[in-house]
Amino acid sequence: MSLSGAWYLGLAAVVFSIGALGLLVRRNVLVMFMCVELMLNAANLTFVTFSRMLNDIGGQALVFFTLVVAAAEVVVGLGIVVAIFRRRRSATADDFHIMRG
Amino acid sequence: MPAPLLAATTVDALTFAVAAVIVLAGAIGVVVARNPVHSALMLVMTLFGVAVLFVEQQANFLAAVQVIVYAGAIVVLFLFVIMFLGVDREESLAKEPLRGQRPLAIGLTVLGLAGLLVMAFGAHWSIGAKSVAGPAQGQAGGDVAALGRSVFTTYLFAFEVTSALLVIAVVGAVVLARRPGGVLGGSDAEPDAPPADTDTDTDTDSDPGSAADAEADTDVETGDRAAAGAGTEADVGAEVQSGAGADVATKEVSR
Repeated sequence: MSLSGAWYLGLAAVVFSIGALGLLVRRNVLVMFMCVELMLNAANLTFVTFSRMLNDIGGQALVFFTLVVAAAEVVVGLGIVVAIFRRRRSATADDFHIMRG
Repeated sequence: MPAPLLAATTVDALTFAVAAVIVLAGAIGVVVARNPVHSALMLVMTLFGVAVLFVEQQANFLAAVQVIVYAGAIVVLFLFVIMFLGVDREESLAKEPLRGQRPLAIGLTVLGLAGLLVMAFGAHWSIGAKSVAGPAQGQAGGDVAALGRSVFTTYLFAFEVTSALLVIAVVGAVVLARRPGGVLGGSDAEPDAPPADTDTDTDTDSDPGSAADAEADTDVETGDRAAAGAGTEADVGAEVQSGAGADVATKEVSR
């Protein structure tokens, strides 16, 4: 049927690392959000792979919930970005120090 | 053990290789693209590649959801915000505001990746208890039926909480996106309001010339935004109501 699960897990690890690297290196908040999406997708791929390896539907159900959380996170995050952009006219992470309490 | 290795054919290996190349190219593109719009398009590429990998692992429903929700909705939301804010100009990647942060980030990432790869290829993964939530393969109706049965029985409570999460997210987004100090669709829709009174969201830190420009822009935008705000409010009301209705319906079914 499919390849050994280790290949999928390795690919997911690489994608997760690329996303983490982008999150650390980039300063544009929107690109940072996209990198978070990359990491979430790598986690989803891992869940589906384990679901197949262990023959357990729970992994796919978890991916379902991860999708919902990702959607909610993006909506709220982009709302924050828009709100800050209104005040500061730019969208780099350096401007977010105004959120300090 | 459900035999993860049963007869991987050449076609499977080829599909995996092509999808992996697509996924990796897209992921690298997201990180190195200087224009946020290009990053978003590269993200779409990665998402499609992951959907192919889902199909290859018999997760057909999730592949469809991946394309519809991620590539169709979330990336469009990203693009919408990019265009709305007008931040689609290029960002120079050469400038490094924090000295030594980038080499440190790369070093840490490589270290973490090495650990993950050692675990992925060196460990015996499929050892634990199986089928806590029911088997994935060999079910009547395929993965769609199995996933639906699992979500609406084993994970019913999580599913219900999810609806609350979505409603909270929608309300939070509306609260964050509305104009500070103003009533939605209210008196600040007047075009001559912005510069003089409490409307603080126009530029506070730019020079007078560009401030005048910004005011001219704002005059045009204010009406639009107020109209959009009113629309959003009506939408949210409808959504909250339908969400509550859906909750009630699901609970009735579960009884």
